[in-house]
Amino acid sequence: MGIQIAFWILAIVGVVAALAVVLLRDIFRAALALILCFLIVAGIYVTLNADFLAAMQVLIYVGAISVLIILAIMLTRDIQRGSPSNKLRIPAFVVAILFLGVVVFTMTNTAWQVASVSPQEPTVPVLATKLFGEDGFILPVEIVPLLLLAAVLGAIVLVREK
Amino acid sequence: MSIGLEHYLILSGILFSIGLYGALAKRNAIAILMSIEIMLTAASIAMIAFSRYVVPLLLTGQIFVIFIMVVAAAETAVGLAIIISIYRKRETVDATEIDLMKM
Repeated sequence: MGIQIAFWILAIVGVVAALAVVLLRDIFRAALALILCFLIVAGIYVTLNADFLAAMQVLIYVGAISVLIILAIMLTRDIQRGSPSNKLRIPAFVVAILFLGVVVFTMTNTAWQVASVSPQEPTVPVLATKLFGEDGFILPVEIVPLLLLAAVLGAIVLVREK
Repeated sequence: MSIGLEHYLILSGILFSIGLYGALAKRNAIAILMSIEIMLTAASIAMIAFSRYVVPLLLTGQIFVIFIMVVAAAETAVGLAIIISIYRKRETVDATEIDLMKM
């Protein structure tokens, strides 16, 4: 029962925050709504028994990515112009609604094979075994630092003063 | 009515559509990047919901979400660096005015 109430509150606040991100004209307020949306998603992860990922969501998205986005807004702020829509506003709305309709139709009409086993808790030991153990995801784990290194180097090269 | 897989999938679909609208309709390049973050987050919710309800003991979906987070962080860093360097050269972050590569 508690999970249900939590899910509905989180879902409604999350959708409202996401709408605020795309509809507010003030880009800084939109960024604040985005942070709220990230926090709400962390709560949704908790209702899905994903404790480690909820912590990671707060650390990475709320902690790091939001700071990056707000820093970029501060560096490039266009106060008079705000964040208006472009000419494609109506077609974009139609596309989004059509996409939502198709997705909801497919999802409600598919017979998902839901397992009746109660979920794993806590998830950290299982995740660690999967990531670093035999027959796990060790190759992607080795590739990811390369990607991060490339991203960091690329970002430095792009913003460096000539 | 108890909360099931469909609830989370529909929530993820709604968030993805909102992000799609924002990514298509916004002028400010940073707002577009924020909308893309919402879309990635929606995909993560779907992944974790599948992992929780379809394979509750394997947690493969949660592993995927870890990699989605890494890619999202890298994407944000590089994307914002590109936006800032464009702003330095052209004094604008309006995606409709950044048309250097248009024929």
